Amino acid sequence: MGAASIIILLFCGVTFAVLAIGVGKFFGLSSMNPEKGQPYECGIETQGVTWVQFNVGYYLFSLVFLVFDVEIIFLYPWATVLKDLGMIAFVEILLFTLFLFMGLLYAYKKKALAWM
Amino acid sequence: MTLTIQFSDITKWIHETLNASMSPGWALFSEFVLAGVAMILLVVVLAVLFVYMERKVAGFMQLRLGPHRVGPWGTMQVFADVFKLLLKESFAPFTVDKFLFNFAPILVLAVAFMAMAPISFAPGLQLWDMNIGILYVTAVSSIGVIGILMAGWSSNNKYSLLGAMRSGAQIVSYELSAGLSLVAVIAMCGSLSISDIIASQADGWWIFKGHLPIMFAFVVYVIAGTAETNRAPFDLAEAESELTAGYHTEFSGMQFGMFYLTEYINMAVISMVATTVFLGGWLPFHIYGFDAFNNVMNFIPSWIWFFGKTFFIIFLMMWFRWTFPRLRIDQLLKLEWKYLLPLSIINVVIVAFLVVMGWHF
Repeated sequence: MGAASIIILLFCGVTFAVLAIGVGKFFGLSSMNPEKGQPYECGIETQGVTWVQFNVGYYLFSLVFLVFDVEIIFLYPWATVLKDLGMIAFVEILLFTLFLFMGLLYAYKKKALAWM
Repeated sequence: MTLTIQFSDITKWIHETLNASMSPGWALFSEFVLAGVAMILLVVVLAVLFVYMERKVAGFMQLRLGPHRVGPWGTMQVFADVFKLLLKESFAPFTVDKFLFNFAPILVLAVAFMAMAPISFAPGLQLWDMNIGILYVTAVSSIGVIGILMAGWSSNNKYSLLGAMRSGAQIVSYELSAGLSLVAVIAMCGSLSISDIIASQADGWWIFKGHLPIMFAFVVYVIAGTAETNRAPFDLAEAESELTAGYHTEFSGMQFGMFYLTEYINMAVISMVATTVFLGGWLPFHIYGFDAFNNVMNFIPSWIWFFGKTFFIIFLMMWFRWTFPRLRIDQLLKLEWKYLLPLSIINVVIVAFLVVMGWHF
């Protein structure tokens, strides 16, 4: 079926979601009152703004993730040709992972992987 | 020679009859429509089965009966729930970011659908046999996290934002070890295409003929898959006792239903990939040199093998849910970054060594 299948699936997903939500909105009752429009916080009025600066810990994790995700993208083509290239590919990847391992150790030592 | 009808015959027959009765353009168009309807049906049927199975398994694991009032053995319970969701009000609080709030459920569902494209359900029953199948599935299924972040941020609710942030950190972290455990199998088989990976397992599934490293990779993949779908014991994103419902706290009615459906589709995709890569896809279970047994196994249709294995892995995930207590966020990240990730990297190097030395089958 070829590349069209991705478009079909995208179209299916969007149509299904829009239809289901639309039908739900059509059949569902609706009522309005000012209390109902507040953010849900177990009955307590919300304090301050929600969209504040967030803990930097998440940012550190996403940075380390980026490094390793790019590494894995490099590993995919390497893995497909490993059998043909033989020992050279193995030595290369050994060095490659060694450097990345050092990076992981560095992040560990700098306490980037420790929560809070 | 088996008497059963192959799916490739059915698709060929549909293709030929459509081309015989109308112009090629319309035939192609109706094939697309048929494929789309078939995928929607498959997803809905799977989701209904998973929800029923989830509740029954949960029931039996806690010495309860699970749903048993609506219909025989409670089979109609899921449909009753869906109709209830349809009649519920889809309400958005006044403070939300309207566009992102309405867009998030559509995005997560569309992405979950798209991940199904290269998966081979039975011989010849595959939408697109692309040469980068596995890479495509991992790439597309990781877009879902954007939808979750969108949902949490746009809700303008502190529970939602916390849940979404946790979920983002968690999915992003566990993608690494899931990807590395797939690399281990790809190094052994030498192809990213799903049909090649299945064909390479004709003389034994990778989990059996791949030595210990592949077994380890399978275990890591199932753990990472459980974490990627935000299921217990890794359900920090929607930890009920702390965050009410996490990133979908403010969603109601069918918009919530879309998130619920997406969770089950993602589970299905994860376990289908695990089935394809580690457990031989739709290939039957064979014992070498035991022909009578092998013939009996061959008699079982391939789609039953495929969905049987898929349901087995889903059952494993449900079993985890009722066995392990929920992790704390620091424990969760520690498990990934200090144990699973270094071990998976070492595992890939060991697999590469085995492949280079020719010690694999």
